[in-house]
This record gives sequence, structure tokens and C-alpha cells, in this order.
Amino acid sequence: MNSALFTNIARFIFLLILQVAVFNKMDFLGYINPYPYILFILLYPVNGNKYGLLFSSFLLGIIMDLFCNSGGVHATAAISLAAMRPTFFKFSFGVSYEYQTIKINDKITPERFSFIAISVVSHHFILFLLEAFRMTYFFEVLLRTLFSTLFTLLICILLIYLFKPTRR
Amino acid sequence: MQQIFNFIFKNSYRLLFLLLLGISLSLTVQSHSYHKSKVITSANFLTGGVYSQLNSIDEYFSLRSRNEELALENARLKSILFNQVDSLNLDKIDTVPGFKRTNVIVSKIIHNSYSSTENYLTLHAGSNNGVKTDMGVINDLGIVGIIEKTSPRYATVLSVLNTKSRINAKFKKSNHFGSLTWNGKNTGFVQLTDVPRLASTIRKGDTIVTGAESRIFPENINIGTVYKIYIDDKTNYYTIDVKLFNDMTNLGHVYIIKDNEREELLQLEKETKKNE
Repeated sequence: MNSALFTNIARFIFLLILQVAVFNKMDFLGYINPYPYILFILLYPVNGNKYGLLFSSFLLGIIMDLFCNSGGVHATAAISLAAMRPTFFKFSFGVSYEYQTIKINDKITPERFSFIAISVVSHHFILFLLEAFRMTYFFEVLLRTLFSTLFTLLICILLIYLFKPTRR
Repeated sequence: MQQIFNFIFKNSYRLLFLLLLGISLSLTVQSHSYHKSKVITSANFLTGGVYSQLNSIDEYFSLRSRNEELALENARLKSILFNQVDSLNLDKIDTVPGFKRTNVIVSKIIHNSYSSTENYLTLHAGSNNGVKTDMGVINDLGIVGIIEKTSPRYATVLSVLNTKSRINAKFKKSNHFGSLTWNGKNTGFVQLTDVPRLASTIRKGDTIVTGAESRIFPENINIGTVYKIYIDDKTNYYTIDVKLFNDMTNLGHVYIIKDNEREELLQLEKETKKNE
């Protein structure tokens, strides 16, 4: 239990630093940015404390907003993702997901991939919609969501493979 | 009473979610609605400190281009120095220190953003250095933005690449003016709107500079060149795409313009309006 808590705190800080120092500076083609910090919300233990998840994703989002000067955009998107996470689990792994031992932090199977993809798409859509805040930019929002999702997905999967816990 | 507690315990997860959603949504709405709103910005101890640390690493990657820029500016300044005609003909009032109209504070950008529709920059100079809200920020090529908020050691800048930004600008050759905005699309171009149709002599390639009506920038600071001209369907004014002289994605040192007569001017205008 304690080691899980410790892993989560370490992951929180590590992903935040990585996001601010590296990924926020990418700006591929001027506007495409990956946001792999949401990996924290995705990798949070399935049966972990849900209040803890909600509160820590709010904290994560608010700190991102501090760094991006964006009001509460990241915080809103992050807590929405945290609240929608159980639904996505149900969608990807079946109704009885709570009784299985699901590990996202493992080899990519179709279930895991679909879970990560849905989460990233919904997070990015909320994020960019709130960032633009005007319906006239709707098309740009969709375009940005599409490109950034591809980018974030790629980096999320790379990060998962990079930090896969060693077996036995 | 018991039932209320029961309700709260039963729905505590949902209530916590709604509370957090309410806080973050209100912060979002606030940041979009008000100019200079009381929202959290990167001009604080934590993020300012982190950004200045990151910037000290980043600087090494652009040393070459910064050096070239400085060399170019040095050359320009030297040419002015060597070509000075007659120091007796200079405007007397400007040479007395107490009567200088504008002062310049040199600073460094420690965080740049240009990928969203509302972009802010963070500077490593704050109210300790004399930076205040609504001062203009330029570099040797042209304008960069306007100071939005300050903390003792850091300041945030409302970039020209921000859909909230509005700057008075005019044509260098004809004095027709308009207001400079950004449509949130391309980082190389800003839009000059509300240019009267009478200004029909404008051509592609004309230079746009800051206007005399601006209370923030001195007159005749470079902005960019006319790239494309079209007539706005709704208003029948010209809207002009202006190609910026500055590459907003690659900024280093900047100058903050401090207008010593600004408060006097604003005070005077306020009193004039009151008397009407």
C-alpha cells in the first residue's frame, strides 16, 4: 500500500517535470503539443482511492494551468477524465473490470490501447474546447484534438514501454 | 438533519467532483472574460523560479543566433553614433535626465508560448525593477506585447499573439490608423482591422508602425509589413494581414518601455471627461 502511494507521488512529480520541461516546448508545426501528463490519471491503481484520484488530478491540472497561464483549463479536463475513468474501464475491459487484475502499465493489448485512446481523445477535446472558448473555432478545435491525440498516444505508449516494471 | 448528513455521505464523491469542477470552470471562465483578471499566472514564486532555471539551460541552445542579433544591433547603434551630425541641433529637453519621456528596462523572456489562442510570455523582471502593468514590451525588431501582471521578480506579458490584445497601429507613410488584433491562426501574421476605406493608397509591403494614439508604446515602433488586403464584409473597413518583423517563436532579450508622462496624460484625459 505504502509503496503504491510512493510510486504515485513519484509518478506525479516526474510526469509534471517532464511535461513542463520537455513536452510543453515541442510545439510541433506551431500548435501541436503532446500532453502525456495525463498518464498519471490513467496509471492510477484501478481499485485505488477514488477521492485521492479526483483530488490529485485537480492538483495536477491546476499546476499545469499555473505553468501554461491558462486559468483552469487543464484542471477541468483532468478532473473530467478522472471522473469518466470508471466508464472507460467498463467500456474497454468489460463490466466486471473491478474483479480482474488490470494493469495498464504492461504490454499493449487491444483493450489497453482502446482505453488509453478514448481517455486521451476525451481529455484533449475538453481541453481544446475550453481553451478556445468560442464556437467559431470549433473546426480548429477538432483538428487540434486529432493531431495532438496522435502525438500524445505515441508518447504515452513509448513512456509505458520505457518504464515497464521489470518481470521477476 | 440525519437525512442531510446521509445524503452528503452517500453522494460525497459526486459532491467533491462538482465542487472541483465548479472551481476549475470558474477559473476558466474568469481567465477568458476579464482583462487583467485575478487568475493565477506564471508570475509567481514557484513557476517563475522553475522557468528561470529551465531558461538558463535553454539559453545555451540559441547562443549563436542571439550573438548574431546583438552584433547586428551593435552595428546599427554604432552607425548612428558615427553618423551623428551636430549635437547642437538636438532637442534640448530630451537630453536633461529628469525630462526624459521614456526609460527602457532590459529584460529576458524565460517562458514563451504561441500555440494557444491566448498566449502569455513570462519575463525575468518584476516590480522590483520598476516594471508595472500596461508597459509596452519590444525588442530590436518590433513589438512583442504589453505587461499584464507583475510580481516582485517576474512579470507576465500579453503577447501580440493573443486574441485579447488590441494595439493602436498606423501606416508609416500615410498616418491612417487601425487596431492590431490576432485571429488565433498563424504565428507569423497579425491583423490590422478598422482601417478606413479612404486609405486606398496602401500597397503590399508597406510598413506598419505603432500609432501616436497608443498610451503604451511610443510612436513609430516597427510592427510588420502589409501582406494581404481584404475588405471586411460586415463593416466595410479594410482588414489587413500584417507579416510581423519579429519571429514570435524565437525571442530572447526584450526592452520594456516606461513612459514617464503616461500617468499625467491619463489623469488629464480623465479630468477632461469628468468636466463634460
